Amino acid sequence: MRRIALLTALLLAIAACNGDETGATTTLPEASSSTTVGGTTTTASVPSTTEVESFPVTVTDATGEVTIEAEPHSIVSLSSTATEMLFAIGAGDQVVAVDEFSTYPEEAPRTDLSGFTPNLEAIIGYQPDLVVISFDPGELQSGLETVGVPSLLLPTALSLGDSYTQIEVLGAATGHIGEAAEVVGQMRRDIVSAVAGADIPDGISFYHEVDGTLYSTTSSSFLGQIYALLGLENIADAADDGSGFPQLASEYIVAADPDLIFLGDVDFGVTPESLSERPGWEGMTAVQNQAIVGLDSYLASNWGPRVVELVELIADAVSELTPVR
Amino acid sequence: MKAGLAPGLAAPRIGARRWLSAVLLVLLVMVAGLLIGSVALPTTGVVGAMLDRLPLVTVEHGLTPTQLDVLFEIRAPRLVMGAMVGAILAVAGAGYQGVFRNPLADPYLLGVAAGAGLGATLIIGLGAGTGWIPPFAFAGGLASVVLTYALSRTVGGRTTTSLILAGVAVAAFATAIQTFLLQRNNDTLREVYSWILGRLTTIGWSEVGLLLPYAVVATVALMVHRRHLDVLALGDEESAALGVDVARVRLLVVGAATLATAAAVAVSGLIGFVGIIVPHTVRLVTGWSYRVIIPLSLAYGAVFLMLADLGARTLVAPAELPIGVVTAFVGAPFFLLVLRSMRGSS
Repeated sequence: MRRIALLTALLLAIAACNGDETGATTTLPEASSSTTVGGTTTTASVPSTTEVESFPVTVTDATGEVTIEAEPHSIVSLSSTATEMLFAIGAGDQVVAVDEFSTYPEEAPRTDLSGFTPNLEAIIGYQPDLVVISFDPGELQSGLETVGVPSLLLPTALSLGDSYTQIEVLGAATGHIGEAAEVVGQMRRDIVSAVAGADIPDGISFYHEVDGTLYSTTSSSFLGQIYALLGLENIADAADDGSGFPQLASEYIVAADPDLIFLGDVDFGVTPESLSERPGWEGMTAVQNQAIVGLDSYLASNWGPRVVELVELIADAVSELTPVR
Repeated sequence: MKAGLAPGLAAPRIGARRWLSAVLLVLLVMVAGLLIGSVALPTTGVVGAMLDRLPLVTVEHGLTPTQLDVLFEIRAPRLVMGAMVGAILAVAGAGYQGVFRNPLADPYLLGVAAGAGLGATLIIGLGAGTGWIPPFAFAGGLASVVLTYALSRTVGGRTTTSLILAGVAVAAFATAIQTFLLQRNNDTLREVYSWILGRLTTIGWSEVGLLLPYAVVATVALMVHRRHLDVLALGDEESAALGVDVARVRLLVVGAATLATAAAVAVSGLIGFVGIIVPHTVRLVTGWSYRVIIPLSLAYGAVFLMLADLGARTLVAPAELPIGVVTAFVGAPFFLLVLRSMRGSS
């Protein structure tokens, strides 16, 4: 009996350790680089105008080249951004299942599949011929490979360029190259016009809050680059630790006294009012002027075509709230 | 003292010098903690502003309102919280070590911290106010320590290892349930994640006020019973013969130490390594008596955590390091150093 008890305790300890690690990972911002995502390379010749594209195609994802033998008709997407991209390029009706956090578009076939703790058997249950993920907790891609299902790892973009590349990769992989190029072109034009239309004076500083324990994001992250595009000065850049998501000291934020505050955590109970209740924050310029913008957490954490909305939202808010100097 | 008693039993008292140096060190680290931070404040201004706060004293300090906010609303409460958490975690560790007559007893190894964490997670998940976190953390911590003790008795008698193994199992079990809850409720329990790693980043005076009553009660209870812990060291039968109600003392000390741990965990998250390092360092320097270990652990626990937090908020400024990382990183080598130097000198 004693042995069994001890063994159980050991197993529990191991289980707990593992659980802890995965638990921690899900909260951490994606740090993996997607710079390896190259341009789309198709082995077959690419017809430029028609929808009929020839398979097999070879595309490059974050881990290397992936060959897709035939046009996929049962796509499983475990990434809300990939879901959004697939529907934007007209591959929506080839998608059979998306994960629990793929809330856009409305008609996406949402299931209880998890992108953070994916279960290989549950995924295979949908008999996919292509699986798209943004995060591999380990062995997911190789597991799919052993059962002959091709998969694409399209991690958190580090720049708009990464975002465009991922859309093109999905276009090539699903037989929608032309539409993908159109979506990318439209995004480029919309972002340029949103930036050009914004009336933002020089030297406007801001603080973007990722969560209530003062994690922020620097200009090296995807979100940070959106702000930089609009010519805003990020107070978190002084704390860049290479991750792109440093935790700032409260006294630093107060002393830096940014002109604007963006809240990426309004969906988790942080409000403009609750900021003024934080010790020492009440006297901050942005709090006094109510120059605080709550960001939709979907927009603040995805890098799909709707990033245009994010750019417009920030540009409008800045134009409206910028203090008169 | 009568002949025949071991010299150590000759009523060990804290000498005036030891008291004075401990208090001075606490004050010194406090002043350093107020002066140093990720935002540079002028030293004369800080000293002036502090004097200005004294009744009947007016000093021209020249600090801006923002600098005053940084000093009195952000830096000061964080410093006080660090001191309180460090003091009560250290004294709780000393209390457990005395009661269980076990040098490895510690809020973490006994599963108390994990149990308190589970209690806090449950109540945060249910959406109750922050005032409810300490009592629930206490309930979780108490349940864990009782379970640990009961398990160790049924499994392997009262050896050092069986208690610690039971504690590890209970901690693992509590952590497993906690992780399960977190996985199930990704949205509502998001804040628990950062709290698990230990946080002093967003501490204000209201959190200090939340912790204070628990800290006072637990500290007073442990201070009152520190003599009994010395008697317990002789063994249960001897203690009973000397007129000590062993069961009652044990219950009170475990209750107080658990209350202290739970309150600290509830407010500042899981900060490890304090409860074992501080009492042992004190013990190595001053000897075995809990009459000395308990009060000095309070002082040096405060010093240790204030210094660790100083590291957490300045090493990568203006970013922050998790304080649990600093306590382990600084604490482990320091402890080994103390251990070695004591070996060499004895």
